[in-house]
Amino acid sequence: MSRTSPDWSALRKDFPILDQKIHGKPLIYFDNAATSQKPRAVIDALVHYYGHDNANVHRGIHELSNRSTMAFEAARVRSAKFINARSADEIIFTRGTTEGINLVANSWGGKNLKAGDVILLTEMEHHSNLVPWQMLAQRTGAKLAYVPVTGDEAHLDLAKLDSLLTKKVKLFAMVHISNSMGTVNPVAELCARARKLGITTLVDGAQSAGHCLVDVQAIGCDFFAFSGHKICGPTGIGVLWGRQELLDAMPPYQGGGEMILSVEYQKTEFKKAPHRFEAGTPDISGPIGLHAAMDYLDAIGRENIWKHDQELANHAYEKLAALKNIRLFGPKQNRAGLVSFLLKDVHAHDVVTLADQAGVALRGGHHCTQPLMHKLGVESTARASFYFYNTKAEVDRFVEVVKEIQKFFGQ
Amino acid sequence: MFDDLNDLYQQVILDHCKKPRNFHELPAATCSAQGHNPLCGDQLKLFLALDGDKINDISFTGSGCCISKASASLLTDFAKGKTRGDLENMFGHVREMITTGKVADDVGKLAVFAGVHKYPARVKCAMLAWHAAMAALKGDQKPVTTESEEI
Ligand SMILES: Cc1ncc(COP(=O)(O)O)c(C=O)c1O
Repeated sequence: MSRTSPDWSALRKDFPILDQKIHGKPLIYFDNAATSQKPRAVIDALVHYYGHDNANVHRGIHELSNRSTMAFEAARVRSAKFINARSADEIIFTRGTTEGINLVANSWGGKNLKAGDVILLTEMEHHSNLVPWQMLAQRTGAKLAYVPVTGDEAHLDLAKLDSLLTKKVKLFAMVHISNSMGTVNPVAELCARARKLGITTLVDGAQSAGHCLVDVQAIGCDFFAFSGHKICGPTGIGVLWGRQELLDAMPPYQGGGEMILSVEYQKTEFKKAPHRFEAGTPDISGPIGLHAAMDYLDAIGRENIWKHDQELANHAYEKLAALKNIRLFGPKQNRAGLVSFLLKDVHAHDVVTLADQAGVALRGGHHCTQPLMHKLGVESTARASFYFYNTKAEVDRFVEVVKEIQKFFGQ
Repeated sequence: MFDDLNDLYQQVILDHCKKPRNFHELPAATCSAQGHNPLCGDQLKLFLALDGDKINDISFTGSGCCISKASASLLTDFAKGKTRGDLENMFGHVREMITTGKVADDVGKLAVFAGVHKYPARVKCAMLAWHAAMAALKGDQKPVTTESEEI
């Protein structure tokens, strides 16, 4: 796909929220790994839906219900294209990454795991790709094992993988891009190695789906989960993709309306995937907003977004690395669009409060990767995470702010 | 650049954060309690050596942000030599001050935390040590967290 470089400053104007001052300073929004901002196109899609087409889906025969059902199912087709799924029947709408993973853990995991089996994770998982597996392990008697992380640079220690991929492993769940470190994991290679041993794989795509091209068939995983709100879409909507064969063999996750073929007092016949997994009235505006977001991102080109993200992250990393009394986390090469750091003797929360005063929105904390923080011997880090509407000038300003913070604390 | 923050990061707070007082374990402790802020992972441990109702000695350990460390440090400074009742009484005044900005007459040096109420995200940091102190007095074994306590 050849495309001229997008006009980034024109795109920035699509985001009404960015045009404001915080504590009298222009807002610099660097908390994109937590959630992205929304372009006018997505806001308009939501307003249009509620202003013109709102009705419940799949059950009505009237015109509005037809419209909302069509828009809802069109979003499923669009989502399949977004990650190159074979069919829209492989797309389950969820509340987000977290619900997608819980669905797999409960439905697939409940059916396929037993005492003594091993669930393999990595040490850099977000709590949402760790706690559901822990709960499943406690329920079934399965055990958890972890691919180690190498240290502050936070690569996976792949030399250990062969000894971890034993016959007992039934599932290997891994994060595509680490939200706290910026590591990009070689998920296609990891899934290929697991597949050879018949191990089912799940990829947490929360940080990748909106930032780089994702092709679930090329990755070769069995499940892939992501959230709409991190890719310019609304909160409350996400996508779980699963291989058709697996989805068809999985029991329902929740029971209720929408997911049934017929119900009697003593038994129920369920629909096939994906509807089997979508009980009750779904979030309807969510997929519609998500559709608009996917169109918006792909008009820019996710390969362009990835380049832009990486340029900002490399620029930030180099400038921060030149400072004294700073500890940087994550890989030196091929980092995703974020930088995690700690200033000597300054707590991450103090960094964030001071940066906020200068208009810079950062995040401080364990970023829902508490076990990894403990492994690295810290409680928390400060994190700047970027998206395509951020600029190099904003990164420069952010680095100046970091220097001022160091001065404030007498360094 | 950060002039507006002077009411949060008062000189006294910065000083106590850099050089926390009574920052060590207490072998003579008769009770202790842990405070945990799940938001940032911060942990504080407070130790008290009680003789009847009198607080003979008090100290703390752990990691935390500037606000929570300074708060623990100033708490220990205040409490040393006071009674259990004094500390419980001051807990009420400090909580009111940190959540509303209203400063009672007797808070003394602790008045430096009056500015915290303007930063809702930081109220829990300032209260952590105080909750831990109350838990220690009550003899609670379970760590207190900023999520389980009413601010
Ligand atoms: C890597 C990763 N996985 C999972 C999640 C959970 O996403 P959500 O909260 O949208 O379900 C996040 C977001 O915080 C994340 O960054």
